[in-house]
Amino acid sequence: MAVRPWKTLTAPLISDNPITLQILGICSALAVTTSLDTALVMSAAVISVLALSGTSVSLIRNYLPRSIRLIVQITIIASLVIIVDLVLKAFVFEMSKRLSVFVGLIITNCIVLARAESFAMRNGVLASILDGIGNGIGYGLILVAVGAVREFFGKGSLLGTQLLMTASQGGGFEPLHLMLLPPSAFFLIGVIIWWIRSKKPDQVERPEYRIQEEPGGDG
Amino acid sequence: MDNGVAIKNGGGIRALVTALGVAVICALLVSYTAVTLRPYYIANLEAERDAQLASILSALSGAAGRISSADIEMRLVDLDSGAYTEALDPLTYDAGKAATDPAMSRPIAPELDLAGIKRRPNYAVAYIHRDQSGAVRMLILPVYGVGYQSTLFGYLALSEDANSVLALKFYEQNDTPGIGARIQDPAWEAMWPGKLVIDEDGNVRIGVARGPVPAGSPDIDYVVDGISGATRTSLGVHGLLRFWLGESGFGPYLARVRKGEG
Repeated sequence: MAVRPWKTLTAPLISDNPITLQILGICSALAVTTSLDTALVMSAAVISVLALSGTSVSLIRNYLPRSIRLIVQITIIASLVIIVDLVLKAFVFEMSKRLSVFVGLIITNCIVLARAESFAMRNGVLASILDGIGNGIGYGLILVAVGAVREFFGKGSLLGTQLLMTASQGGGFEPLHLMLLPPSAFFLIGVIIWWIRSKKPDQVERPEYRIQEEPGGDG
Repeated sequence: MDNGVAIKNGGGIRALVTALGVAVICALLVSYTAVTLRPYYIANLEAERDAQLASILSALSGAAGRISSADIEMRLVDLDSGAYTEALDPLTYDAGKAATDPAMSRPIAPELDLAGIKRRPNYAVAYIHRDQSGAVRMLILPVYGVGYQSTLFGYLALSEDANSVLALKFYEQNDTPGIGARIQDPAWEAMWPGKLVIDEDGNVRIGVARGPVPAGSPDIDYVVDGISGATRTSLGVHGLLRFWLGESGFGPYLARVRKGEG
């Protein structure tokens, strides 16, 4: 495979986005996007785990027997996630408390294992780093977009700065409480997917089954 | 699917060596990070506890004059007898850990478990502010219990009579934002100062009403308005106050303080 660094980095941003095209990493995208700052820190954590796991897996790919590759990849990813969690607890303690269990759950974020298994196992170190960063940013873009919308409409603020005075503070803005509940992220991600696919119709999946007309069937 | 030269199956020895190598390197990296960063983490925890205390102190500054955390004495209370104990250092005592340790806590009978916490630690930390003569001027007690979908952790400050509330402040909860989370609203917190814990007969009367307290209600000196839309959270606060200020909680200790044995 010819290495095309720029393409490797930018493809996962929109056109091959891990959330909207590959529909991976949805769980954390629903959980940590109640505000913009948690979305940003979570994105940074996932970008670093993806870049480092891509690097490590790519480095040992020629020594890694097929039979144990998945467990070795998971070991590497789990170690990286623990390290990221420790760093967050040491330097951004408040934030790590708000992200709570979801940093640890990066281990089970399908994006990380998917990139290790499908890309880093077959590509050089540089390409794997770029792929990791690209996918991390692609994930982060969706998180930041959803986090910004949810915080703005749910609390009238961005990054904790109050932009609209809410009714309880004497202003005229009635916050949309739905935005602070997980289903709203589901709706927003759905809207983003719909928007991207209406711009890029080639992403639309072909239906797996069509309802068959059955003449004479009694249902 | 063929993946080229990259991932052919090696022999058993090779798999073993690779797995072992990866495991050792990962273990070393994780241990190194954990050990290096531990001091930062401990410092964060201590700063957080101080900040909680400082925030309740600043909320009380009006009521009891300016107090800094240096004027606060931490003592470990044996909840069963209500007496102070020197069994452990209150600075390092971890009530959360003690509550899950069978040797440090005991189960609460379900009919007595108003706070929904199932086990109660044997000891709890009381924060005491004294005047020059050594008499108690203010008590701060940690209280916690189950709200709607999270455990509510707070501090209750009582004045020198160990009966009238100076403040109730929740520092940790995860109930619904904008609804149950309003127990942290300044407006709701402002209803607590002046409420009484027990009546003349010694019954614990403090609590939260269902909805607003009607004017002229006999409970008006003891209870605050419930939060509309947050019945479960309000009931949670009600229950945890009744539990922690009652016989199974700080009741015996508060009785001693009222007798001047604080």
